Amino acid sequence: MFTVEVNHILKAYGNRAVVNDLSFAINPGEIFGLIGPNGAGKTTTIRMIMDIIKPDSGEIKIMGKHLNDDSKSEIGYLPEERGLYKKLRISETIVYFASLKGIDARTATERGEQLLKRADMLQHKSKKIEELSRGMGQIIQVIVTLIHDPKLIILDEPFAGLDPVNTQLLKELIRELRNQGKSVIMSTHRMNDIEELSDRILMINKGRTVLYGDLSSIKSRYRNNSVFVEYEGELGDIPGVTEKRMHNKTVELMLDKQTTPQILLESLVKKGIAVNRFELSSPSLNEIFIKVAGNKNE
Amino acid sequence: MNKTMLLIKHEFLITIRRKAFIILTIAFPLVALLGILAAQVIPGMIKPSTEIQKIGYVDEVGIFTENTSQGQIELIQFNTEDEAKTALIDADIKEYFVIPENYMSTALILRYTLKNELEPNSTIRSVIGDFLLSNLLKGDDATVIERVKSLMNIASTTLTGTGEVAPRQGGLAALILPYVFCFLLMMSIFFSSGYLLQGLLEEKENRVMEILLSSISPKQLLAGKIIGLGAAGLLQIIIWLISANFLFRIASSNFGGIIGALQISPDFWILGVLYFILGYLFVAVVMAGIGSISPTARDGQQLSPLFTIPVVIPLYFLGLIMEHPENIVVKILTFIPFTAPLTVIVRMGMFEIPIWELVVSILILILSIIGCFILVTKLFRVYLLMYGKRPNLREIVSSFRKA
Repeated sequence: MFTVEVNHILKAYGNRAVVNDLSFAINPGEIFGLIGPNGAGKTTTIRMIMDIIKPDSGEIKIMGKHLNDDSKSEIGYLPEERGLYKKLRISETIVYFASLKGIDARTATERGEQLLKRADMLQHKSKKIEELSRGMGQIIQVIVTLIHDPKLIILDEPFAGLDPVNTQLLKELIRELRNQGKSVIMSTHRMNDIEELSDRILMINKGRTVLYGDLSSIKSRYRNNSVFVEYEGELGDIPGVTEKRMHNKTVELMLDKQTTPQILLESLVKKGIAVNRFELSSPSLNEIFIKVAGNKNE
Repeated sequence: MNKTMLLIKHEFLITIRRKAFIILTIAFPLVALLGILAAQVIPGMIKPSTEIQKIGYVDEVGIFTENTSQGQIELIQFNTEDEAKTALIDADIKEYFVIPENYMSTALILRYTLKNELEPNSTIRSVIGDFLLSNLLKGDDATVIERVKSLMNIASTTLTGTGEVAPRQGGLAALILPYVFCFLLMMSIFFSSGYLLQGLLEEKENRVMEILLSSISPKQLLAGKIIGLGAAGLLQIIIWLISANFLFRIASSNFGGIIGALQISPDFWILGVLYFILGYLFVAVVMAGIGSISPTARDGQQLSPLFTIPVVIPLYFLGLIMEHPENIVVKILTFIPFTAPLTVIVRMGMFEIPIWELVVSILILILSIIGCFILVTKLFRVYLLMYGKRPNLREIVSSFRKA
């Protein structure tokens, strides 16, 4: 059973479709990257999953059922725009938001203290939210998101405002959640984070799916037929190589459609060239994002 | 505890911990108590003057000679106006007046003083009046003179259709209580719904709203906020009413008179609290609607008077309500949800309101609350998470259809 199943959802404001015929599914124990340029419809999609807004058509199922007020307690949501009650103390904040998810005060206090301890913030638990730095507030927001031990965690720009230490801590937490069999939806503009953490991704633009699937297969789909080579000797003309691009000590050899990296390596060896490094060129998610988003925007 | 109850508890506790709420709740009875104590203590501190005040007069008619001494005021006759003027300038007298020859046909009295004033003070007016009256009725029985001076004290009794004494007797005493209650009701409704608007817009501005809506539905959020803040408002008005009862007792034991005649009838209590609850719920739901479509607190505060000013409209019609309680305008005000609470409270202090009017008024209020609640829930769903722009009327109407 999928944790999240989205079928052909559509949401329009006036004549403008913000989300248009979007479908995807998320498995248990998976980190799912939701990416797209600004205004692509990511936040609207997340809000529809959360049942904060209703789709005009299509359906969304969470753990096989339509979302209701009770099943909202199975979801932890970290919105892009962070907000907490400034006058409340950290401990009160955690207990209040946990209570809205059906967790009693005692359990919330225990779990909250564990998470605060992990973030090295237990000593601040009596402080008011307004006394915290932006990064500390962000950590509290993450704790509030996870306090009720949800099965589905939705993180919208989770690393914004975090220092490197806390970014690392959050990444560890996200991996732990996946290992515990929970599903994590992560929406961010930081492509390297998506690349580092996600198992599968969905890229949307203007409300429509433009990329969806396993990260490695998407990468191979967008791979240039080229190879990075560090060598000693004279390259000269090599059969199947259409262009040579120099990058410091490395040369990128662009191959024609018939030539595979295997054939190229054999040609180099035959020519007596000493190969020190031979690496298939693989585009970064950032490059794919720019390429796809750029094309779609044209 | 279900989520709505949690929200009610949270909103109630947050509101009653607000400094502004605590100060306002305590300030009203405290200021009233201080006023009563001041009214008791200050007169005792002011010692009445024992000095005899002298006022001159010139009688050109020639019949005003008696009753020249009244309490601390002594009237001194001068033969000519020049003599009186000299005595005034020399400070032998405080002021003087002339009874001209044609007084009997014109009633004109010419008064001269060294001070500017709006009009003669009541003591002077009464002293001169009594002086003239005593001299005009010279020779008549003293009791007749006294009766002419004070013609009557009216004691009215209102009877019911069956000839029994009516429970409501009208009069100034009957007006004071509804008026005070109106004032308290207005303050409480405005402050509670103001907190609601402020809280909603704060949560919108500091983005807590999105987290709340990820845990609860817009309907639960709206109900929780309205009931939580309403409970705080009700607590406030109950504290005020209990303290008002206590203050009336202190005041009546000291001052008696009108205040002593004040009494709060059970139906006044029941309808008063009922109309507070309904009036508050209606204004609060409307305020929540304003909060949902306003991008900032400033926008919300600019819009809210459009809907709070109609609540106080009955106060502008107070004269009409008291003079003509059966007037069609008064009946209409009884049925309009915005104006019903204050109109009914003013009316019921003075008059019997027909049962059918009360039933219709309450029904309209309840239906309006339910209707507005449904519409505002739709607005919540569409606009609560929209920042930066206020929707126009067409967009709002379209969102009612879509949400």
